[in-house]
Amino acid sequence: MTQISRRPVLGLLAGFALAPKLAFAQQTPLRIEINEGVIEPVPFAVPAFVAENGAGSEYATSLAQVIADNLTGTGLLREIPQSSHIGRITSFDSPVQFSDWRTINARALVTGAVRVNAQQITVKFRLFDVVTGQQLGDGLQLDGRTDAWRRMAHRVSDQVYQRLTGESGYFDSRVVFIAESGPRTNRRKQVAIMDQDGANTQYLTDGTSLAFAPRFSPTGDRILFTSYETGFPRIYLMDVASRRRQVIGDQPGEMTFAPRFAPDGQSVVYSLSVGGSTDLYMLNLTSGQRWQLTQTQAIDTAPSFAPDGQRVIFESDRSGNSQLYIMPVAGGAAERVSQGQGRYSTPVWSPRGDLVAFTKQLNGRFHIGVMRTDGSNERLLTASFLDEGPTWSPNGRVIMFTREEAGGDPVLMTVDITGRNLRRVPTPGPASDPSWSPLLP
Amino acid sequence: MSFLNKATLLAVAIVLAACSNPRGGADDYDYGQGSGINSTALGDPSDPASIAYFNQTIGDTVHFTLNSTDLSEQGQVILRTQAVWLNRNPQYSILIEGHADERGTREYNVALGARRAARVEQFLIGQGVAASRLRTVSYGKERPVEACAQQRCWDLNRRAVVVVSN
Repeated sequence: MTQISRRPVLGLLAGFALAPKLAFAQQTPLRIEINEGVIEPVPFAVPAFVAENGAGSEYATSLAQVIADNLTGTGLLREIPQSSHIGRITSFDSPVQFSDWRTINARALVTGAVRVNAQQITVKFRLFDVVTGQQLGDGLQLDGRTDAWRRMAHRVSDQVYQRLTGESGYFDSRVVFIAESGPRTNRRKQVAIMDQDGANTQYLTDGTSLAFAPRFSPTGDRILFTSYETGFPRIYLMDVASRRRQVIGDQPGEMTFAPRFAPDGQSVVYSLSVGGSTDLYMLNLTSGQRWQLTQTQAIDTAPSFAPDGQRVIFESDRSGNSQLYIMPVAGGAAERVSQGQGRYSTPVWSPRGDLVAFTKQLNGRFHIGVMRTDGSNERLLTASFLDEGPTWSPNGRVIMFTREEAGGDPVLMTVDITGRNLRRVPTPGPASDPSWSPLLP
Repeated sequence: MSFLNKATLLAVAIVLAACSNPRGGADDYDYGQGSGINSTALGDPSDPASIAYFNQTIGDTVHFTLNSTDLSEQGQVILRTQAVWLNRNPQYSILIEGHADERGTREYNVALGARRAARVEQFLIGQGVAASRLRTVSYGKERPVEACAQQRCWDLNRRAVVVVSN
């Protein structure tokens, strides 16, 4: 893992205090309230970063572009393209001519500088409220290796997002997914990993055996997935950095799949099929001990932990069709939570713990939806021929999922939990089964 | 010719047919560790003891309706015929693959395919096939036999396939 250090940028510009605040004294500081549901995105500008030496100029425009794309991608903000800019930022520490940015109706301004020495890159940035002429938060400096430059842009984006919304961001994170290729009747499916914006795809398995549904560990350094390497579905645990992997919870004659980590990363909940019955099991990764959570003739699958680690939500067709249930990890009765019409699948607890995202089949269509953990306030966010498998952004604001139109290849999509801002995530080819990491350390 | 003689002749004929089977012994290629691929020579479809005969003449596949593991009348006829053949050819081992159509979520479909495979397994055991010869696997919706976003394909893909191998 690339190390990125950060520290506040000191020595704030003197001219800053002279910024003409009076005319805008009645203005409240810029703050985007996500909960109110932003209809009109807030316009912002990110001019090319100031190259503080020759080698830095290689990154000056790219850094600004990645940040602009991240922020625009939220649907909360809208970039004013550089071609419309009047003002120029030629020195990171010089006073900002806010009138230049007000003229083009920017409300927020991100300025930055970059310097490269050998393989080391230093990135600095500041965020301004253009209307009030105030800086929002301190300037910040990031230092690291040049190959981590995109991560630095993501870090800056996370800072901007946090300062504008009051909530943590999600840009410096990754996604594991299944990269698909070949004919649909004999599909090649590889476990792959990429940045959350679709950059830097790498393949973690070679595709000689069918694999599906990778899941990140709570610390983002390990994944679980199901593979047919032996000819039968089995759960594998992989260390992302070394790519070493091992079978877990394996017993002859069984099929195991649908694994997910507990929040402490020490145990795994999963499905085991034997004799046509599919039940939930827990496995302690340290001791190897495993125990059974459910015991029915029904299909109990797609389990996901609550953030407190004490409860599991899963789908079961014990009532006759698939519905969502919550049960204590310590054992006990499962309580049905989904109440609406249709079939409910793939429940995933949000990082905040207040919502559950799920797949719903209703009248021949598939939806991604959210509900409270007691089943109330159900809202369907999407609809298509086949939407399935939601995964939460680290801050619980965005859901990524698989979409397949009739006869088409699967793609990865994101949608805001308000149901707005449906976007496609760029991938090199057909892709499915995303799992979003936590923010990287 | 007495009945006994007829039966003896038939038995001899079956044995001869088995001997003339051009399978030529075990033919399991190793595609490398972990490939999950085994190869089996199918033999001559005119040889009633050949795997090709089983696949083509008896039929290796039964179909299911939406979200169901119920065996149709037609499916039961196929499985009974399969059981007779399997009992007559005990040298083969049997893998039952369960499959689902694409109109479901991935993990549920793996479980559904497992349920279908188990249904077929139980039926064959009920017809006298030794349980020790049988294994089941589910592919969920991962291996459709035909790909189209239409009822026709979904009907074909909701299936269990009895795969016979040496």
